Amino acid sequence: MKLTLRVWRQQNSDADGAMSTYEVDGISADMSFLEMLDTLNEELIVKGEDPVAFDHDCREGICGACSLVINGDAHGPERTTTCQLHMRSFEDGDTIDVEPWRAAAFPVIKDLVVDRSAFDRIIQSGGYISAPTGSAPEAHATPVPKPDADFAFEHAECIGCGACVAACPNGSAMLFTSAKVNHLNVLPQGAPERETRVLDMVTQMDAEGFGGCTLTGECATACPKGIPLPSIAAMNKEWLRATRKARR
Amino acid sequence: MALATRTDRRPSLPRTVWDSTVGKKTVMAVSGLIMLLYLVAHMIGNLKIFFGPGDFNHYAHWLRTLGAPVMRWEWTLWVVRVGLVAAVVAHAVSAYQLSRRDIRARPSKYVHNKPRASYATRTMRWGGIILGLFIVWHILDLTTGTVHPGGYEHLHPYQNVIDTFSTWYGNVIYITAVVALGFHVRHGFWSAAQTLGVGNATRDRALKTCANGLALLLTAGFASVPIGVMTGVVS
Repeated sequence: MKLTLRVWRQQNSDADGAMSTYEVDGISADMSFLEMLDTLNEELIVKGEDPVAFDHDCREGICGACSLVINGDAHGPERTTTCQLHMRSFEDGDTIDVEPWRAAAFPVIKDLVVDRSAFDRIIQSGGYISAPTGSAPEAHATPVPKPDADFAFEHAECIGCGACVAACPNGSAMLFTSAKVNHLNVLPQGAPERETRVLDMVTQMDAEGFGGCTLTGECATACPKGIPLPSIAAMNKEWLRATRKARR
Repeated sequence: MALATRTDRRPSLPRTVWDSTVGKKTVMAVSGLIMLLYLVAHMIGNLKIFFGPGDFNHYAHWLRTLGAPVMRWEWTLWVVRVGLVAAVVAHAVSAYQLSRRDIRARPSKYVHNKPRASYATRTMRWGGIILGLFIVWHILDLTTGTVHPGGYEHLHPYQNVIDTFSTWYGNVIYITAVVALGFHVRHGFWSAAQTLGVGNATRDRALKTCANGLALLLTAGFASVPIGVMTGVVS
């Protein structure tokens, strides 16, 4: 496959960026999108140019490090992570636009790499449970109803990649925050912090400069793990409950 | 007294609600639903125009005696008006502040940009502005009579309505506004349900159907009056 790539190049967070055009040849349809970028970078290094910086880690679709907006879609045209997107999803001769996540809360560090530490701070504000240290408790000691376990697991699938924020026209982190809140709030282990968790995480989310939710549904369409849009309604319900019940 | 054991005092409930994006959306949802309830009642009242001037004018008179003898002439009407103004102001201020925030949160656009959300979703802000301007014109036209075409007569709404809808611009403004209302309600009602935490996967279809039904009902119901005047059914 021969492709034309238009890639966002930006030297650092203070510099102005622009789209640069590159030609890549000899791309196999079985390559992943990141392997295709590796090929481009090898050529750039040989030519003595600065390789394109992009985030990646496990390349198995489970770590949430990769973060590219490909032809206007977060993680590209398939519902998966960029590392699990293969070149067979494209045609020979295609022109592909590659851009970083766009949000005020995710500043560009270099080229396609953005700073997602805002997500870490949201987690730090309440995405934990208070558990005693020591040996693991007996698994049957705390019964969890099957529907609750399924609900928690569905939300625990969130890998925190930030595609929801990238896809949202408001740069909102509601889907991410709701996944984390719902995951823990439905379980008995998360019950002691049920109210403070949702209040604190929403407060931190707002403080990071993410936008509000206007229910456009772009986030759930982009999510590689299929976190559903009603998660946001479930978190809103938890938030409203917490404002009434929180101990002062 | 135990010292320094309670160090994290939380802000008051109104402060928490108003400072949070989720809380402000709740204000929008509640004020929107109040306006929606009013609109359903308003539309039912409007449809009385098809039963002739007697019915319609009597209905307008009844609105002013509502709640008697506890409430005096127009008291209930004024309570409703004050409530509606409060709802409109709360809705608009929240929308303005949230929109400012949303625009700031996404300062740079994608080079490869494609609009994907539905028309109703994308036009909520402009639709809201159109509706706000319409309300001002509508009150100046049919409540105060300031911009009314022809001689405005208080408590003779039947003739006033016919006067308004006998002008081309009256029809254009009104029908544009009720179509904008339909789109606004289509996304707004469903969104309000999500904001208030009523939405879930099982109820989603029912809520969407309800939103579309309400939007269609309100647009058709309100638009029927100018169409009735234009076609001569109401004269």
